[in-house]
This record gives sequence, C-alpha cells and structure tokens, in this order.
Amino acid sequence: MNARQLRQRFMLHLDPILLAGLGAFMLVSLALLYSASDGSWMRILAQLSNIAVGMLALWVVANMPLHWLMRIAVPMYVTGMVLLVGVALFGEISHGARRWINLGVATIQPSELMKIAVPLMMAWYFEKNEATLRLRNFVVAVILLLLPVGLILRQPDLGTSILIAASGFYVLFLAGLSWRIMLAATLAALASAPFLWSMLHEYQRHRILMLFDPEQDALGKGYHSIQSMIAIGSGGVLGKGFMNGTQTHLDFLPERTTDFIFAVWSEEFGLLGNLLLLGLYAFVIGRGFIITANASTYFTRLMAGSITLTFFTYAFVNMGMVSGILPVVGVPLPLISYGGTSLLTLMLGFGMLMSINSHKQLVKT
Amino acid sequence: MNRNIELKNHQREIYYFRLRLVLSLVIVAVMLLLLLARFFYLQVVRHDYFHTLSDGNRIYVLPIVPNRGLILDRNGLVMARNYSGYTLEIEPAKVKGMDALIAELSKLIEITPQDIKRFKRLLNERQATGTIPIRSRLSNEEVARIAAQRFRFQGIEIKARLFREYPYNDVTSHLIGYVGRINQKDIEQLERQGIASNYMGSDYIGKTGVEQRYEKELHGTAGFERVEVDAGGRAVRVLSRTAPLSGSNLVLTLDAKLQEVAEQAFGDYRGALVAIDPTNGEVLAFISKPGYDPSLFIDGIDTETWDTLNNSPDTPLNNRALRGQYPPGSTIKPFMALAGLHYGTRSPERTISDPGYFTLPGSRHQYRDWKSGGHGSVDMFKSIVVSCDTYYYGLATEMGIDNMHGYLSGFGFGKKTGLDMDGETSGLLPSSEWKSKRHNQIWYPGDTVSAGIGQGYNLVTPLQLAFATATLTNDGIAFQPHLVKELQNSPGDTVPTEPTQLFDLQIPAEHLKLVKGAMEAVTRPGGTAVGANYGVKYRVAGKTGTAQVIAMKQGEKYDEKKVSEYNRDHAWFIAFAPADKPRIAMAVLVENGGHGGSTAAPIARKVLDYYLLGQTPTPLQAVDERAGLESD
Repeated sequence: MNARQLRQRFMLHLDPILLAGLGAFMLVSLALLYSASDGSWMRILAQLSNIAVGMLALWVVANMPLHWLMRIAVPMYVTGMVLLVGVALFGEISHGARRWINLGVATIQPSELMKIAVPLMMAWYFEKNEATLRLRNFVVAVILLLLPVGLILRQPDLGTSILIAASGFYVLFLAGLSWRIMLAATLAALASAPFLWSMLHEYQRHRILMLFDPEQDALGKGYHSIQSMIAIGSGGVLGKGFMNGTQTHLDFLPERTTDFIFAVWSEEFGLLGNLLLLGLYAFVIGRGFIITANASTYFTRLMAGSITLTFFTYAFVNMGMVSGILPVVGVPLPLISYGGTSLLTLMLGFGMLMSINSHKQLVKT
Repeated sequence: MNRNIELKNHQREIYYFRLRLVLSLVIVAVMLLLLLARFFYLQVVRHDYFHTLSDGNRIYVLPIVPNRGLILDRNGLVMARNYSGYTLEIEPAKVKGMDALIAELSKLIEITPQDIKRFKRLLNERQATGTIPIRSRLSNEEVARIAAQRFRFQGIEIKARLFREYPYNDVTSHLIGYVGRINQKDIEQLERQGIASNYMGSDYIGKTGVEQRYEKELHGTAGFERVEVDAGGRAVRVLSRTAPLSGSNLVLTLDAKLQEVAEQAFGDYRGALVAIDPTNGEVLAFISKPGYDPSLFIDGIDTETWDTLNNSPDTPLNNRALRGQYPPGSTIKPFMALAGLHYGTRSPERTISDPGYFTLPGSRHQYRDWKSGGHGSVDMFKSIVVSCDTYYYGLATEMGIDNMHGYLSGFGFGKKTGLDMDGETSGLLPSSEWKSKRHNQIWYPGDTVSAGIGQGYNLVTPLQLAFATATLTNDGIAFQPHLVKELQNSPGDTVPTEPTQLFDLQIPAEHLKLVKGAMEAVTRPGGTAVGANYGVKYRVAGKTGTAQVIAMKQGEKYDEKKVSEYNRDHAWFIAFAPADKPRIAMAVLVENGGHGGSTAAPIARKVLDYYLLGQTPTPLQAVDERAGLESD
C-alpha cells in the first residue's frame, strides 16, 4: 500500500468539507481555552486528548456501514434506559443533582449516551414501520422520547433534557408529523405550562426568572448572566484582543472554559469574531443539511436531519443563554467548550453524518 | 401499478421531507440572525454601557494619603511633625470573637486597658468597613512577634502609618492644637464643603488650634492609584498613578524658645500670655497654662483620661489666651487716660486730691482706692504710675460710659481680634445700650465708676489685651495679629503673610508720650511694677492690673490669706519694650496670682529678657520671689 492508497483507505468515509469545518472549530476551541484558562498548557493538552478520542470515535463511526448503525439502535437505547433508571435509584449526587452512576470501572453520565441513542432509536423505529406509518407509530415514538426525557428532567438536568427532547422532536417533525397534531400539542403545552412550572425545581425556576431580570439578584443567581453580558457588550465591534479580556482574566466571568466560553470569545474578538463564529456554525450546519437532503434512506434522512438540527440547537441555546436571551440551563458551546463527554457525543453524531454520506455514495457507485 | 403508486409515494415522501428540511433551514437561518441581532445590540448599541460596567468591575480607585505639612516656628524649629510607625489594626467585619481575639493578642504584645477602651469607642463610632487601630507605635520586636503568629488570627493587620507628633507637647498644646481621627461629624462637614473625596484615605483631621484652622493647607491633596482588581478584590496591577500633593509647611510667627521660656516662667501658676510684635501683628508667644498632652487625643482619648482632664479645677482644656474672659482691672487705665485726653475730659496737668476713696455726687457710697488713705495729689502721669483708682473713678464718671465705650472699642475691646485660630471669644465692653439690651436695665452711674478701673461688666481676653497693648505700643496703628508667617507649599514656593494694617487711631503724639512715659515709669522706682524690673538693661514700659474674682462687701477688706486659692484675684501685667523702639508687646494673666506687680510682671520680665537679650533665666527662677511693692 503506498501513501496515496493509505490515505484513501483511511480517508475513504471521511467528508473533507465537514472535516475542515470541525478542524476550524478545534483550533478556535484550543485558542479560546488557552485564553480562558490564563495560558494553561495543561488545559490545552487535556482538550487535545479529548479531541483525539473524539476524532477516533468519528473515524470509527464514519466507517461503519449503515446497517450497523441500525443494529446498535435498540441495544444502545435499552442500555441507556437501564442506566438512567440505575441513576435514579443508585446514582451519585454531585452539585445537588443525581446524574452519574458508578459502574465499578468508571463513573458515567448515561444522559450523554441518550443524546445519540434517543434519535437513533426513534429513526430506527420509523424506518421499521415506514410502510405502514400511522398516528399510532407517532404515539409510540413520543413515548420512546418522553421516557428518557422525563428521567433526565428528574435528575434534575434541564439542559440535557431539552436537547434530547429537541433531537427527538426533530425526528418526529422530519418523519412527517402532521401540522394539526403539532398545533394541538403546542396548545396543550401552553395550557399545561402552569403545571409544568410547578414541576420545575426551585433553581430552574430561578434561572428562568433571572432571564427576565438578571439585575434582581446581581451577586447571586443573576451574576452569571450579568457578567457574561458585560463581557460580550464590552467587547464591542473589534474585541479587546486575544488574552486581553478583562472579564475573563480577572475572574469575573464564571465557568469560562465550559458553558460561558462564548463570552470569552465575544469579549476578546468582538462582533466580528461573533460573525465569524456564526458563519462557522452556519457552514457546518449547512453541510449537515446537504448530507441530510441527499441521504438515501428514511432512517438516514431522519438521523442526519436530527443530528444537524440538534447541533444547531446546542449552539443556539448556549449562545442564547450566554448573551442573555435564554435562561442559563447548562449547555456547553458545541465543539468549543472544554470537556470530553460533550465532544465525544458530538463527534459520534458527525461520524454518523459522514457514514450516511459516504455509504450512500458507495451504494450509488 | 402498485409499484408505481409506491414509487410515487416515495417521491412525494421525499418531496415533503425536503420541504420540511427547507423550512428547518429557514428557521435555523432566522435564529442565527436573531443571535446576530442580539450580539449587535450588546456589542454596538449598548457597548458604552457595558464598557463602563466592565471598567467598574475591574478598576478600583485607591486614594494615596498626602503627607501632612509640618508646623515650624519662625526660626525653623519643628513644632508638629510626622513619623512613621507601625500599628496593629483589626478589621471588625472579619472577626467573630472580638474579646477572645484581643485577649490572644495581648498575650503577644502589651495592650493596655486604655488601648482597649479607646478601640471599643472607635468600634462603636465607626459604621463603615475598614480597620481600627488597637495598638500604635509598635516596636520592631512587637511587629516581629505578631508577624510570626499572624497565621493564627483572622482580620488583623499591621499597618505602617504616619503619626503626628508634637515635640513641644503641652507647651504649645493650646496653640498648635492636635489632629484626631476623622469622625462622623467631620465626614459630614467635609461632605458639606465638597472635599470629602480628598479625605478618602485620610485617618486624621485637625481638631483644634493651628492644626484645625490650617487644615486645608496642612492636609494636602490626595493622590490616586487606579488599580485593576480581580473578582476577589485583589489588586492585580496599577493602571495609573496620580501622586499626592503634600500639605504645605506652616512657618509660624511664634518663637518656640520664647514660648518655652514663657511657659516655664509661669511655674505652677495657671494663666495666659500673648506676646505680639507691635510693628506687624506677629504673635511671638501664645501661652495658656496649664496645657495638656496633645498626643492623648490623636487616636482618640479614653473616657477616664478625658474625664480627668475635663473635670480638673485647673481646666487644662480651656484655651485661656483665646477664650478666657477676665476683667482687665487697672490695665485699662492707660487706655482710659488716652480716652480722657481724646475727649478733653481731663488735661494732663489737672490734679485731683485722692482721699483714698471716691463718692458720686449725692451718694455716700465709697468707692475705695486700692491704697487706703489715698495717693494724695494725683495728675494723669502719676495716676498711671501709682495706679490711682480714685482718679479713674472720677474720669470715667465725667467722661460717661458711652464715650468710654466709643473710645475703647477703637482698641478692639469687646470685639474678636480675628486671630487665625477658631473659637475666639469677644470679651465685653459695656455701654448703656448694651445693658438695656442685654439686661433690660438702665445704666447706673455706679456702673461707670467700676468700669473706669476695668472692673464691673468689663471683660477682656488675654489676646485682646495683648492686641490693644500692641496697638498702643505702635502709636495707635494696629496690625492684624496672626500666627502664620509663611506657607511653604513646596521648596521654592513660599507664600509669606503680609502684615495687614487694620486701622490707625491717629493718637496725638503728646498724648502717646504722656501715657507711654507713665507706663515706663511704672517699672521704675515709685511704680507698681518696680520690683520685677530691678536692674533691667533695656527700657520697659508696663501696667499692672488686678481682676477681682469675688466682690468685696462695703467696708470689707480683701485678704489674700483668707480667700481660697481659686477665689483669689487674677494678676495682670501688660508691657512693651524697648520703650523707645518697641519690638514686643504683651499681656500676661496669672490666674489667682494676686497682684500684677508681684506675679505677672516677673513673668513678663523673663520673657523680655529672653527676647531682647537672649538671656535664658537659668535656672528658671520661680515666680514667687515677691519683690514687688504691695500694689495693685
């Protein structure tokens, strides 16, 4: 095997356009982490290893034939559900939430697994029933979605449950859920809002209330919101310059390597930087849309569409909460925030997108 | 056909799917634009607002306290200075068990009950945050001991501070005054004046005396450091620094050595002395005895010491020179003589026969002369030399109280002199109008009689009498008495105080010659102050006086030995010298000192000897050498 063959063999199923977009994100992430951690190379090395793991996962999944993906859907979903129930019963409490389970070998967060498993399961279910799709199938799919979402909401983890609910909804929407039902569901949701409100935890209510008036509790619950808006606003058009963000480097900005890293970017690179970052997201999302539009099967269309839209949702919710138009719900900025789990999940998703794209092409030729 | 439908369905399905996909794409695009709009709003529309908030977050302005100006005497001797030392301070907000902490600290260094009381008082006064000193002037060893154990304590700090120090201590306490910790009242006043920001870092402010009056000049202008801080409030780096402007040094008109000589000349007597250069109004000595230790007040005085000082019968906190009001007694006679000449009431040559008492026409009440049997035939010159009361009883009666008031007020009696020190009292120069206003009574002829010899309603402060004496000395040309000779703003930038002429009484030369000559004769054989001036090597003029503390009944004779100490008469002496070309004029009051000639005049003599001859009375003789005649 010469070098060209070798490259072909390894790059075969990787989408170069998507890969370029992801690579750009990785660079932005590393640079921002360097600044947000006050020049800590340890942070960079740790994130590099996260990226390496993510890339490996992406490569593996991208090389999976589509029927493999179909085959793992049910076991993955069932395992996830078992673990979620396990968390509810024996989970470890950290920061007032029960999200982790100790499996003896490792402590894992099953809700992360479900971000992939739920849309995969739903897409698989729709594919299986494609020929005879009825309202009944949609009801089953909704139940498949609500079971994990309900468990995760109880942990409590509002951010993750919203993202999973969104990814499931995208599957339903793309599968052809009728407009009438969606309208009815929306009305029902609005009607039950007061009831849902009473179901929320005190801190979740606070976060939502804080959205409307962060000044109310400037040093308490509103602190995150206010400080991140100050960071963004004070960045201006051109930003304060790399490593020069005062909000960032003087510790005013909370959780600046994770959930609030977007404020670091905004402070140091300004509106132009934001435009660039939005462009980068649009680029990756656009590529996702193209792959979705060209997907060859019902399953892959649903899956690709859900992955793409969920990725967008991630980004929107994070930037929305950091810039103060959405409540602070604890969603990292996709592909940029520090952390291995979120990155791994995203890379699995992008791996599937690549697999969907390349295996369709293979079928064609 | 079936297959056809299926295919068609498949295509329709893809069509609907793509429709929904496009719809999603539109929604995604709209949402991204929404984010962009939000960023535009935050980063462009409201950029200034958030920029300000961001700076507010990170930038603190820390005041830098300026060094307080020094106070020097006219020869450059330091009368108030700063020295740097360490204090142990406690930040109450960080301390849970205050008493336990103090108990622990007092195992390390000495903390006296006074220290604790003072600390508790400051603790109650201060509502703001910050540190409160518990011990000042720590020795190096004490600093080391605390530093070594520092980790055990929460909320304690060792601070390097500048302390105010008064080398002349109680000798100049009433003149220099003192600085004290800024209290709530001071803050309110600073805020009213709009200069509170200049005191942001300052701990002390002038409370009395020169320290108070020249607070603005002495304090200086605070500097500022703009410091970048992190979210924990720790300073990260200095962004800019505006250096403070040290306060101006005050050069006083005072002669510190003269002040010391004068203070010691009083011995154990209470009293006051003000010496003025008659040619320009410079105050050369300013004594109020007893003084007090000004350092007691700097960091707040404890209640017990305060009570002791405040309740002492010697009233050490009373500034007698500035605020003490006493009847001038016979020291008023030279001024009365000038008034008589001015109004033509008495010619110099006119003699009266003094039987030893005076009676008003139609009355049998006898106003006695101090000398029983009287002085015989007395003209104006002699009336001053022997201090003949009878002469002035008559003169005042003939002149009338309102003429007397009119002329004497020209010398500044009954008015504040305007010395640059706060709290001066105005004394009292009575008139018929005053009496009807104040007491709603008519003026009786008998009131005039006693007013004529400086008793009755008359009240003067030692400062006032010194000012009047200086004016007389300078032939009726008065200069504003003042304490500050020049302000040294910075090396090479000094602002001298120009002598201000207040008025010229235009006294005819022959009147002056007569009165001043008589005053000189007072210190010569036959005069009331001859004893104190025996063998004097310069020409000195003066006038004795006695201020009654308790009134004697008709027919009762004052006997010093029978009266308790605090009820004895006050002794006055006014003087100027050299008589031909005066350089110094003064008023000396010795409280309960009895006769002016025997207690007050010797003090004046020592001051003059030092000032004019440079002779330090060594050893300083006690005042009690009773050399004077038994006289008024």
